[in-house]
Amino acid sequence: MRRLNAFFATITVPPILWQVIFFLVPLIFLVVMTFWSVQNYRLKPDFTFTNWQKVLAAGYFYDIYLRTFLYAAAATVITSIVAFPVSLFLGLNAGPRFRIVAIFLLICPFFTSYLVRTYSWQVIISDNGIINTMLGAVGIGQVAMLNTFVGTMIGYATFFLPLVILLQFASIAAIDRDLIQAAHNLRCGRLRTIFAVVVPSAKVGLTVGAAFAFILAFGDFVAPSLLGGGRSPTLSILIIDTVKSASDWPRASVVAMAMIVTMMGVIFAALTFAYRKPGETH
Amino acid sequence: MERLIRVGQVSFVCLVFCFIYLPIVSLIAFSFNSNRFPSLPWTGFSLHWYNEVFADPSIIDAFVLSILIAVSVSVTATLLGFLGAYMDYRWRFTGKNALLAIIILPPTIPLIVLGLAMLNFLKQVGLAASPLGIFVSHSILCIPFALAVIRMRLADMPPELEQAAWNLGCGQTRTIFKVVVPHCLPAIIAALLITTALSFDEFMIAWFVSGVDVTLPVRILTLLQGQVSASINAIGSIVFAISLILISSALAIIVWSRK
Repeated sequence: MRRLNAFFATITVPPILWQVIFFLVPLIFLVVMTFWSVQNYRLKPDFTFTNWQKVLAAGYFYDIYLRTFLYAAAATVITSIVAFPVSLFLGLNAGPRFRIVAIFLLICPFFTSYLVRTYSWQVIISDNGIINTMLGAVGIGQVAMLNTFVGTMIGYATFFLPLVILLQFASIAAIDRDLIQAAHNLRCGRLRTIFAVVVPSAKVGLTVGAAFAFILAFGDFVAPSLLGGGRSPTLSILIIDTVKSASDWPRASVVAMAMIVTMMGVIFAALTFAYRKPGETH
Repeated sequence: MERLIRVGQVSFVCLVFCFIYLPIVSLIAFSFNSNRFPSLPWTGFSLHWYNEVFADPSIIDAFVLSILIAVSVSVTATLLGFLGAYMDYRWRFTGKNALLAIIILPPTIPLIVLGLAMLNFLKQVGLAASPLGIFVSHSILCIPFALAVIRMRLADMPPELEQAAWNLGCGQTRTIFKVVVPHCLPAIIAALLITTALSFDEFMIAWFVSGVDVTLPVRILTLLQGQVSASINAIGSIVFAISLILISSALAIIVWSRK
């Protein structure tokens, strides 16, 4: 028994201790930091609500918060809608070989060079980039995309589409085919089958995909700053500015808390919705 | 009609894939373009930008640091991820799920929040602005990925395997090395590759916590915030190639070992 305990401890203690010290403690310390004060650009341990008051009383904070929320919501809707036909095809129609290749092509971008891909989009959608050159060639004038809302959305879409497609696809592929066959036999049309059978059955994947898109967009810094131009700041841009220019870490920590709370709310709402049984009211 | 719908579906799917891969293709294409500004028309093939990259000591230094951090992170994260996965596989005890949640939670926190939290924390313990700080921050982010990959493999391991080893007089620890590790070897290699790629590519936390010595992605970020230079295309292509090799080898190993 004693030896088992020693063995048990050797296995379990290192990973738990590591994550507690280097992940949990910093997160808790982030909360503590919101109560510290800054004097002459130096951090001072303190217990003051000034940071919370200053941030929550600032009108610009709500503007930025609302913008971030709306951007993330727009990105969620756009990616979910664009991803759905692709997931549908991969889940129901594609052959096994096509599927494997597609999954491979979707997993790779998730791990590769987010920053570099953003730069590449900057070049593509700039005023004399590929897209505008082609638009010019067919007689349509330049369309400003870089440093606009469109640019931000293009950034979000490229980064989240692969993940959202994978999550939706996993749910759709797991649907009982007999269900779809039954709908067909009952003369349910193609579109109606999708909305009456596929969408409800794949609810978990669709919701989790949407939640991921929202969370990633809500916390992203790169798309709004490098493709959106940074002139309409989001919460992440606000955090960076507060840290890098103002050196006000406590205030940045307050903004970070607002971010965490929002995302926990979204995750909670999404999970409640995804796993709610049909007919239940709450 | 059936046919038409099918054609429509397939073209839409292809369109979406083109959209996802357009920036990557364009990046690689322009890295070989002789023109200083990455715009059409194409002005001729050139390796000039690659030469410029290899001649820039700040990029080479950043590259070396990135590799050093990525490799140490991957070894640490895979080791700790393996222990966490084995813990979850082997035992049931009260509070296990809460502890497991702490281990796997980091990727759900936005990188910007994690970066800020790490900066606050590392400053207090005197590790801010040091490569060690980047190493620690990346390790907590990578452990959950290693854990997930190895846990998946452990789920395929028949429990009788370990029991047989114990019955034959093999100790607990020895069983780990003689039975569990060999069974998990493909997943362990895949985890090493994936975590290397993750750390090699991560720039948000690294940007927050790094000082004078920066990693390659952070160097790229500062280049991006400066003037346009076609050499970014060349660095980007190199970075992409490295990540792609790491990830595709990992995927190939996972798929191959499941057969």
